[in-house]
Amino acid sequence: MSQESAIRQAARQAEARPLDNRSKHLRRLVVEGLLGGGRGHIGSSMSPIEILRVLYDEVMRFDPAQPKWTGRDRFILSKGHGCLAQYALLVDKGFIARETLGTFCKKDSILGGHPEANKIPGVEASTGALGHGLSIGVGMALAARVQKRDSRVFVVMGDGEINEGSVWEAAMSAGKHRLSNLVAIVDYNKIQSYAFTDEVQPLDPLPEKWAAFGFDAIEVDGHDVEALSKLFRELRYDGDKPTAIIAHTVKGRGVPFAEHQPSWHHKNKFTDEEVRAIAAALEDA
Amino acid sequence: MRNTSLNKVHELAQKDSRVVFIGSDLGVGTLKAMKAEMPERFFMEGVAEQNVIGMAAGMAMDGLIPYVNTIAPFITRRCYEQVAVDVCVHNLPVRLIANGGGVVYAPLGPTHLAIEDFAIMRALPNMAVVAVSDAEEMKRLMDASLDWKGPIYIRLAKGGDPVISQPTDDFKIGKAILRREPGRVLMVSTGATTERCLKAADILAEAGITAGVLHMHTVKPLDCEALKALVPGRDLLVTVEEHLLAGGLGSAILECLVDCGVTLPKVKRLGLPDSFTKEYGSQDSMFETYGLKAEQIATTVRTALA
Repeated sequence: MSQESAIRQAARQAEARPLDNRSKHLRRLVVEGLLGGGRGHIGSSMSPIEILRVLYDEVMRFDPAQPKWTGRDRFILSKGHGCLAQYALLVDKGFIARETLGTFCKKDSILGGHPEANKIPGVEASTGALGHGLSIGVGMALAARVQKRDSRVFVVMGDGEINEGSVWEAAMSAGKHRLSNLVAIVDYNKIQSYAFTDEVQPLDPLPEKWAAFGFDAIEVDGHDVEALSKLFRELRYDGDKPTAIIAHTVKGRGVPFAEHQPSWHHKNKFTDEEVRAIAAALEDA
Repeated sequence: MRNTSLNKVHELAQKDSRVVFIGSDLGVGTLKAMKAEMPERFFMEGVAEQNVIGMAAGMAMDGLIPYVNTIAPFITRRCYEQVAVDVCVHNLPVRLIANGGGVVYAPLGPTHLAIEDFAIMRALPNMAVVAVSDAEEMKRLMDASLDWKGPIYIRLAKGGDPVISQPTDDFKIGKAILRREPGRVLMVSTGATTERCLKAADILAEAGITAGVLHMHTVKPLDCEALKALVPGRDLLVTVEEHLLAGGLGSAILECLVDCGVTLPKVKRLGLPDSFTKEYGSQDSMFETYGLKAEQIATTVRTALA
C-alpha cells in the first residue's frame, strides 16, 4: 500500500472540523429522505455532499426550469445508492419539491433507492447497478464532441464501485479519446458494503491507476469546499486529457457515530432511537 | 448480409447526422469508407463490450442513433446488464447488430455461437428482436430501423444466403410475411430457417401436402395478428428456428397463441435441444445434426401428419 498522503490524512481528520451551514442544510435534506423512507444508504449519501455542493453551486451549467436544456453540463451519480445526496441538491436547486423527500422509497414516489432518469427531473441516467456511469459519461462526452457542444460531463463513482471491470474499460476509452470534457470523480471514503476497501479489494495507488489510463489524476480532500472549488475552477476542460479526481472523504460525514463505520453503509430499518440520534448528531456536527 | 448491413449504416449516416457507428474490434477495414468520410462518427472501441454498450447509451441519451456491431454472443450475454440497464431501461434507440447469429460460427465452437440470443434479448422490456432472411431484406430492415423508437437486436445470418425476399414485401418491423399460403400445415420460421422451410414446402407439395411458410422476421414484437389469422384450421403447426427450443421463436409463438385463446393444432417445435453444441463443422452440418435441413423438416412434417 502507498504511503498515506497528506490529503488523505487531512480528510481522515475532517470529522474534527465543524460543518458550515450550507453543508449542514444539505445533510438535513439527506436525513429527511432517510426518515421518509425509514431506510437508505446513509454513509454513502453523506460522503459526497461537498463534492456535489461545489458542482451544483459553482461549476455545472443547468436550468431547473428546463432540465433537458441541450447546453447543460451532464451529471451522473454512478454510485446510484448514494442518491439521497443528489436528491438533496435537486431539492435545493428547485428541480423537485422538498416534500418529495418524505416519500423516499414509498410506493408512488418518484424518488427510489436508486435514481431513475425517466422519473426525476435533473437525473440524466438511471443508475444503481454499479460500474455503468462512466461508460455512459464517455458516450455523452463524445456526443458533445459530435454535436459540437461545449457541455461537460461529471461522473461520481464510489470506491467499491470501481472494483467493476467495466469502469476500467470506460477509463481506457476516455483516455483514448482524450475526453477533456469528462471528469471522473471517485468518492474515496475507504469503505464498501462488507468492510474497508483495503480488506475487500485494495485500490491503492489510486491516482497512479487513473493516470496510467491517460487521465490527469488529482487528489483532493473531498470535504474541503474551498479546495474543491479551486480545483474545479482550474480544470482544463478544453485540454487533451480527461480528469480523475480522487476525493478523499469520510463515510457518514456529519453523523459522528456513523463516520468510518462499515455498518452504516446502509440501513434498512431505523429504530426510533437511531432516528433521534441521527437528527441530533447532525445539529452538533 | 453483414456487409450489406454495415454499408447501410454508412448510407443512413450520410442522410442523417444522428447516426454513428460503434464496433468493438472488428475485421481489418470494416466500414473503411465511412471512417474516411466521417471519422467523427466512426468508433472502433476495442474488446470492451460493456463500455461499448454504455457509451452507445450515453450517445443515444443525447440524441444520437448508435449502430453497434460485434459478434453475437459478445453483444448479448457478455454485456447483458449494460444492454438491460443502460439501453432498455432508458428505452434508447441503440441498434445492436450481431454477427454470426445461431450456429454460423460452427467451426469456432460453443463460445462463439448465439443459440440463446432470442431468449435473452426478447426477455428485455422495450427490446425488438429481428432476424431477416437475406441481404435484400436486410436493406429494408436497416431503412426501417432508423426511426424505430426503442432498441433493436439485429441477428445476422451467414452471408451469401439465397435471396427469397421480394421488393413488394412491404417490410415492417413486427409484421410477419406470408411466403407461402398454408394448407394442412403452417411452418413459422425466422432468419435463415425460412429458406429451408420454403424448400421443405416444395418437397411436401410433391407429396401432395400443402404447407405454408410464415416468415416471422421479427421475433419481438411478435405478429400475433398473423398467427391468429393463419393458425386456426391447420392440422399441424411447425416452428423452425436456429436457436435453442428454450425461449426462442417457438416459445414466443406458443405463448402468443395460448394467451390469445387460439385452439392449438398439433405442434412440432424444431430447434436445438437443451445442450451446448458438441461438434464443429459448418452451419449446414449443424442444421443436419439438429434436423433443420429442408429434407429433414419435410420428413418431420410427414411423420407428424401420419
